[in-house]
Amino acid sequence: MSTNNQGEVVKVSGPLVVARGLAGARMYEMVRVGEAKLFGEIIEIRGDEYSIQVYEETEGIGPGQPVFRTGEALSVELGPGLIRSIYDGVQRPLDKIAAQYGEYIVRGAESPSLDRSLIWKFEPVAKVGDHVVAGDILGTVRETKLVVHKILVPNGVEGTVKKIAPVEGNVDTIIAVVDTEKGPRELTMVQRWPVRQPRPVAKKLPPLEPLTTGQRVLDMFFPMTKGGTACVPGPFGSGKTVVQHQLAKWANANIVVYVGCGERGNEMTDVLMEFPELKDPESGEPLMERTVLIANTSNMPVAAREASVFTGITIAEYFRDMGYSVALMADSTSRWAEAMREMSGRLEEMPGEEGYPAYLGTRIASFYERSGNVICLGSDKRNGTLSLIGAVSPPGGDFSEPVVQATLRVVKVFWGLDDKLAFARHFPAINWLTSYSLYQEVVDRYANEHYNARWSEVRRRAMAILQREAELEELVRLVGMDALPAEDRLLMQAAKMIREDFLHQNAFDELDTYTSMVKQFQLLNTILHYYDEVRPALQKGVPLTKLLTLPVLEEISKAKLIPEDKLTQFDELRSKVSEQVKSLMS
Amino acid sequence: MVTKEYRTVKEIIGPLMLIEGVEGITYGELTDIRLDDGTMRRGRVLEVHRDKAVVQVFEGTSGLAPQGVTVKFLGKGVELGVSGDILGRVFDGFGRPIDDGPPIIPEKWLNINGNPMNPYSRDYPNEFIQTGISTIDLLNPLVRGQKLPFFSGSGLPHSRMAAQVARQARVLKTGEKFAVIFATMGITFEEAEFFINDFRRTGALERAVLFINLADDPAIERIAVPRMALTVAEFLAYEKDMHVLVILTDLTNYCEALREISAARKEVPGRRGYPGYLYTDLSTIYERAGRIKGKMGSITQLPVLTMPEDDKTHPIPDLTGYITEGQIILSRSLHAQGIYPPVDVLPSLSRLKDKGIGVGKTREDHANVMNQLYAAYARGKNAKELAVVLGESALSDIDLLYVKFADAFEDRFIRQGEDENRSIEDSLRIGWELLGLLPKSELKRVRPEFIEKYYPENK
Ligand SMILES: Nc1ncnc2c1ncn2[C@@H]1O[C@H](COP(=O)(O)OP(=O)(O)OP(=O)(O)O)[C@@H](O)[C@H]1O
Ligand SMILES: Nc1ncnc2c1ncn2[C@@H]1O[C@H](COP(=O)(O)OP(=O)(O)O)[C@@H](O)[C@H]1O
Ligand SMILES: [Mg+2]
Ligand SMILES: [Mg+2]
Repeated sequence: MSTNNQGEVVKVSGPLVVARGLAGARMYEMVRVGEAKLFGEIIEIRGDEYSIQVYEETEGIGPGQPVFRTGEALSVELGPGLIRSIYDGVQRPLDKIAAQYGEYIVRGAESPSLDRSLIWKFEPVAKVGDHVVAGDILGTVRETKLVVHKILVPNGVEGTVKKIAPVEGNVDTIIAVVDTEKGPRELTMVQRWPVRQPRPVAKKLPPLEPLTTGQRVLDMFFPMTKGGTACVPGPFGSGKTVVQHQLAKWANANIVVYVGCGERGNEMTDVLMEFPELKDPESGEPLMERTVLIANTSNMPVAAREASVFTGITIAEYFRDMGYSVALMADSTSRWAEAMREMSGRLEEMPGEEGYPAYLGTRIASFYERSGNVICLGSDKRNGTLSLIGAVSPPGGDFSEPVVQATLRVVKVFWGLDDKLAFARHFPAINWLTSYSLYQEVVDRYANEHYNARWSEVRRRAMAILQREAELEELVRLVGMDALPAEDRLLMQAAKMIREDFLHQNAFDELDTYTSMVKQFQLLNTILHYYDEVRPALQKGVPLTKLLTLPVLEEISKAKLIPEDKLTQFDELRSKVSEQVKSLMS
Repeated sequence: MVTKEYRTVKEIIGPLMLIEGVEGITYGELTDIRLDDGTMRRGRVLEVHRDKAVVQVFEGTSGLAPQGVTVKFLGKGVELGVSGDILGRVFDGFGRPIDDGPPIIPEKWLNINGNPMNPYSRDYPNEFIQTGISTIDLLNPLVRGQKLPFFSGSGLPHSRMAAQVARQARVLKTGEKFAVIFATMGITFEEAEFFINDFRRTGALERAVLFINLADDPAIERIAVPRMALTVAEFLAYEKDMHVLVILTDLTNYCEALREISAARKEVPGRRGYPGYLYTDLSTIYERAGRIKGKMGSITQLPVLTMPEDDKTHPIPDLTGYITEGQIILSRSLHAQGIYPPVDVLPSLSRLKDKGIGVGKTREDHANVMNQLYAAYARGKNAKELAVVLGESALSDIDLLYVKFADAFEDRFIRQGEDENRSIEDSLRIGWELLGLLPKSELKRVRPEFIEKYYPENK
């Protein structure tokens, strides 16, 4: 087969360029388009016509201009220097691009993904003479205060370590030489990986541990796991981004990859300004020390938006392969799906539902399939996890639309945001009646063992109260609150306390923004304790209004602000409830 | 560079022309279209395939005959000449002066599409702008660099409100340079006159730049209008250190122009016939608001759109809300009750409020008062609804107080005069007077020390 390294443009329609004369080029190969050398990727081949999605604005490109092959699929650079970076959808470092090209992203801007001016200290783990296979740890580099970067034997390499020693240098420094069947192979701290191809693992396991988030409604009622999948659909302004930001801040993952996909520029700025200031609750170190940001804002080229999600997940998989728990947030997967729809439309593919391509469901599924609790490659059989949380932005807040539906078919946790709650300024506006987590059992088991033996019981009872409240509310709407029997009024009171004093959590309040698992239990348990004390009192003839206006309620309503290091205050609070109820009975 | 002229128009479909036999043409190129009677129109290349180019004609194709036009490709994108002298001038939708002033001598030519701002270079908007309107300042605060649209409906007073904001907006700092850029897309002559007269009456015209595309002006030109306006805004903000307020009205007409082009190209439509890329397209307008690290100026956007059938889930408001940093929603029922400005408080939102208020910016109790007013008004409205179903007698005493609160809130807080410029202290004072209608024990969202300090004791 004859091959060509250069072809020419025949057609330009927005982000889609068609070229010919690229014989030998393969699907998803990267090309450079036009005299401006814009980045692009081959997404369809028909005879001698190659359709290319271009990651930059195509103004000024026209028929006859050259197209250059690169021979490589769209790939990312993996190695020390990823953490604390902010990349665009095709892994260009936005801080370096700003320094080099100014405040606006100009076309053809280029800068290496990993900073070559940074010097790393490599400490070997493997020894000369060791037999190593793909995934084995050659050595480590302390990348940030929170992250020890493990340098792994790249895929396809196996053999005996011939040379390895402590060394300092940039990522291109040779750190080891391995004798392979094909001869000696020099290894550096950096490797490349094509983004559309999942990184291999030894084995996939079901998720077993909770991914805690410090968000009470999530951890208690709709828990997520390390290695699990979740979605956050909701109309605009309902709190998707705040939920995702909260997770990026407080989830107990080792590494966080945050993909801002087709959303607001200021939201990325917000993260960039805030994360270096915020401290990880466990280590006390700045959150930025474990974070990688991918920013393709809505006004950046649409094709790069399609790529950004893959760029992010490949980086996330790479850290998972080191044996870390990694969490990736994508805000918003709808913008990603829309980017696919736009390219599909330009390719004149037969549209499926609402103009989305017929393969929408498969693409979404294959994205979430890259999550998991896994045994990593490498002889030490270490365990790594990758959790995926995608925001979904349905038009008009209508959950029956294709992206929400395709997502719900694959994810295990559904955090449904509700604009009625948001209008009532009940945040997080997660609808507790419709949301669900299929990890409930797994997490119950873990939580009963690690946080409190009564975790699952308390959770179940609280949810039952909320569900009963919803039924009673129908009634109240017809007959008014006063017509309810006294026991039901007590239940309504308990439900209201669960809603206002437990579920409602202000992300912007320094104390309220994060609640540990133990405190979550204490808080909910205290509310249920009140309910358990007042019911018998009512039976014994204490007037309802006395019970509904118990002085201690005021304190319970502020209990969410009890500091994490003063949790014994909850015991005191419960005693107070008992005392106050008792005094009414005497 | 050789300019290329062709007389080979083969098809005219809607606002588009297909020209054959072209060579060396690029995507996005600007074209001059000369009719045989000597009149000129302008176009932009939307697609080029081998020797065929599809050109969108900004002035529309009415009256064009394939045989009677010469198309000249200019080898560059659509550009606007800008200069510091542009203040005080009035242009048509394509950036041609329509006042009696002299031609602009450009300091530089800028492509109207701009480039995406690097998110790394953005500075987070956090400087409070006082608009003098309580429902905005206290409940949905606007900050410099924000994009905050008005979601309105036909017949609602969004123009009067936008003019009031333009007139009254100021920051709590002095000695800075301001400009207002006002761009219209398909609004009526009367509405446009209202703004121009208002600007003239208040002297604001001197520091304003106007781009006027009226209802009977070419529809396709509306695609260019907001981009012209924002190109000038960027120039003034980042090269002339000015704080620029950009008012764009009415984005609904803009979206309709976009839909017209999409339909002519026979693209697969998204919802309600609007193109699937409407979100992306709108974001290239709205995201041009902001601030840049290390630059003095800023661009604050106040887009106005009318919701077809007052429907917030219609693609235009819906996709706008997904991009902008909140929304001010106008209420037909408040308007019908004679309340100006008829801001529908509960579904309105400013997403940047948290960073722009509080000690040193507005006042310590601002956030608490805001939350409490929301909660109390929401509860009052709920109680009113209940009263409609069950009768007032079904309401508890406390709920009756909330009903009273809600009515007073609409009458004294939401309602204000068109020339009434309330300081943030005024708004807070009225807020506290209203909270004074409720017992202190109901004010759960306000810190005790603020209740102590601000709760009106002698009612
Ligand atoms: N967090 C929430 N979840 C669900 N519905 C809510 C929530 N907050 C408010 N609502 C809705 O608004 C209505 C009134 O809410 P809420 O119970 O907070 O008000 P209230 O009983 O009038 O106030 P309070 O008793 O605190 O003085 C409820 O009937 C409920 O339907
Ligand atoms: N947990 C929360 N606590 C307080 N305010 C919240 C919370 N979640 C959301 N909000 C408010 O709602 C607004 C919209 O949230 P956002 O996450 O940006 O919505 P979306 O991404 O769904 O459009 C925020 O600007 C904030 O004012
Ligand atoms: Mg969001
Ligand atoms: Mg109540």
